[in-house]
Amino acid sequence: MKVKLKDAAKVIRSKNSGPYELTFDIIFRTKELFEAAVDSKVFTRELIAGLYSVDEADVADIVEFIPAKAIKATIRRKVVSGGPGDRDVYGAQQHAPLFDIEFEAKGENL
Amino acid sequence: MRKIKVLSPTAILGYGFPEESFEAGLALLPDVIAVDAGSTDPGPYYLGAGIPFTDRDAVKRDLAIITKGALKCNIPLIIGTAGGSGGNSHLEWCLEIEKEVLSELGNARLAVISAHIDKERVLGNIKNGETEPLAFVPALTEKDVEDATEIVAQMGMEPIIRALENGADIIMAGRCYDPAVFAALPVMKGYPTGLALHMGKILECAAIAADPGSGSDCMMGVLDDNGFEVFPLNPIRRCTEMSVAAHTLYEKSNPYLLHGPDGIIDLKECSFKQIDDITVRVEGTGFIKSEKPMVKIEGARLAGFRTISIAGIRDPIMIDGIDVILEYVRETAEQRYGAADNYILNFRIYGKNGVMGDNEPVEGTLSHELGLIIDVVAMDRKLSESVCSFSRSTLLHYGYPGRISTAGNLAFPYSPSDIKAGAVYEFCVYHLIPMEAKMFPMEILEV
Repeated sequence: MKVKLKDAAKVIRSKNSGPYELTFDIIFRTKELFEAAVDSKVFTRELIAGLYSVDEADVADIVEFIPAKAIKATIRRKVVSGGPGDRDVYGAQQHAPLFDIEFEAKGENL
Repeated sequence: MRKIKVLSPTAILGYGFPEESFEAGLALLPDVIAVDAGSTDPGPYYLGAGIPFTDRDAVKRDLAIITKGALKCNIPLIIGTAGGSGGNSHLEWCLEIEKEVLSELGNARLAVISAHIDKERVLGNIKNGETEPLAFVPALTEKDVEDATEIVAQMGMEPIIRALENGADIIMAGRCYDPAVFAALPVMKGYPTGLALHMGKILECAAIAADPGSGSDCMMGVLDDNGFEVFPLNPIRRCTEMSVAAHTLYEKSNPYLLHGPDGIIDLKECSFKQIDDITVRVEGTGFIKSEKPMVKIEGARLAGFRTISIAGIRDPIMIDGIDVILEYVRETAEQRYGAADNYILNFRIYGKNGVMGDNEPVEGTLSHELGLIIDVVAMDRKLSESVCSFSRSTLLHYGYPGRISTAGNLAFPYSPSDIKAGAVYEFCVYHLIPMEAKMFPMEILEV
């Protein structure tokens, strides 16, 4: 069945990784959900580029961090933190579009 | 097995902590107290303007308690990125506060380490092709260097170890790699560098790595030769495998390889294990020493002066047409003041896409009211005020298509409606240059 990320994750957050990058952390509730998310191959640079209307070249590699059951994605900030035109100096409120990402997980994994 | 204990009182000096937590930490006989006092997170203004982002009274309160604790236990106190951005004016500001604290507490041998980098050095690095941009950062130009109000470099452990070897009781460092203040004493005593720095990476935000997290509470790290343990000092919190592992990836784009001035923390073989209710043990973290160490330099330049006007919009017809209406205001302002070469005019529409702007995937708005900020930045202070004033008055009385509310389009919460928000800075230096000997000069003071 399809699972929504907001139901599968314990943490979904965004934050600066330095003033030029915005990094997203998705920490899954269980090892099974993390593995199902990885196996689904839904989490790609194309997906992130589409959700945030940025070029794929502006999305850094997607990283799976096994010890934290986490998937990370990083994008280039269109406006550098705190400069004229910036909207979110800490980058801490840019995560919401991730909530509705869906991926396939088997029933016993939930 | 030998052990070394590092006490981290708070995430940022001035963010505070409960004295009970700190006392509980002292009771465990730490070998060093270390605290990170800064960050680039609050944005370029503080480095650019040479101003701290923490409150003076709050910093003095924290410094008084931790200085007293360090002197009582006769252990070193290490403060990194003093004053928030770690420039010379920030360091001076923090040093003055520490001198006031010591005047009430007693004598100490104080080491002060500057992170200021002369522009000539960086211009030389550019000439020699020795600068490297970090990810998504443009190549460094001579203009960037000349524009920067001050350039600082993130020091690693070496200058702090030098201060410890000089017998300093208190070390106050300018811009510093966050984990270095926590790892310096353990590494000086021969503990494994990768584990010491990884522990520092977790301790630098104090209890943010606990559950529930807090930036205003203490954490303890205990390092041995095979691993380290971290636990909070307030009974309402605990460290969990999840909270500690999650913190390892906080604010980093690649959590397996964490780059710093001394080398790379290698987490590929690292494991997190719950060993009691509140404690997590970490093992397997390695370290890859840099053959050619590089330091990160940071600088910000003046980008102009800001004037803003804040208003609410409740008219449903206006809300429906908001994009077209604001475009009309922009065009009218450009007719008066010229295309925006000399100023930047932004409309922030809260209730629509105020937080995410062009990145916002939701189109339109379902909100019955909108919050609007007219935001103008210009190098010419008067022009900034004029464009904001003109845009505000044009929008207030614009007879947009379909309008039936003809008295005024904006609800201003304040009089005056326009706010002079002062200087705006932008980062212009965020690059690597080669580390060199004596890059971070130290001064020893007997206070």
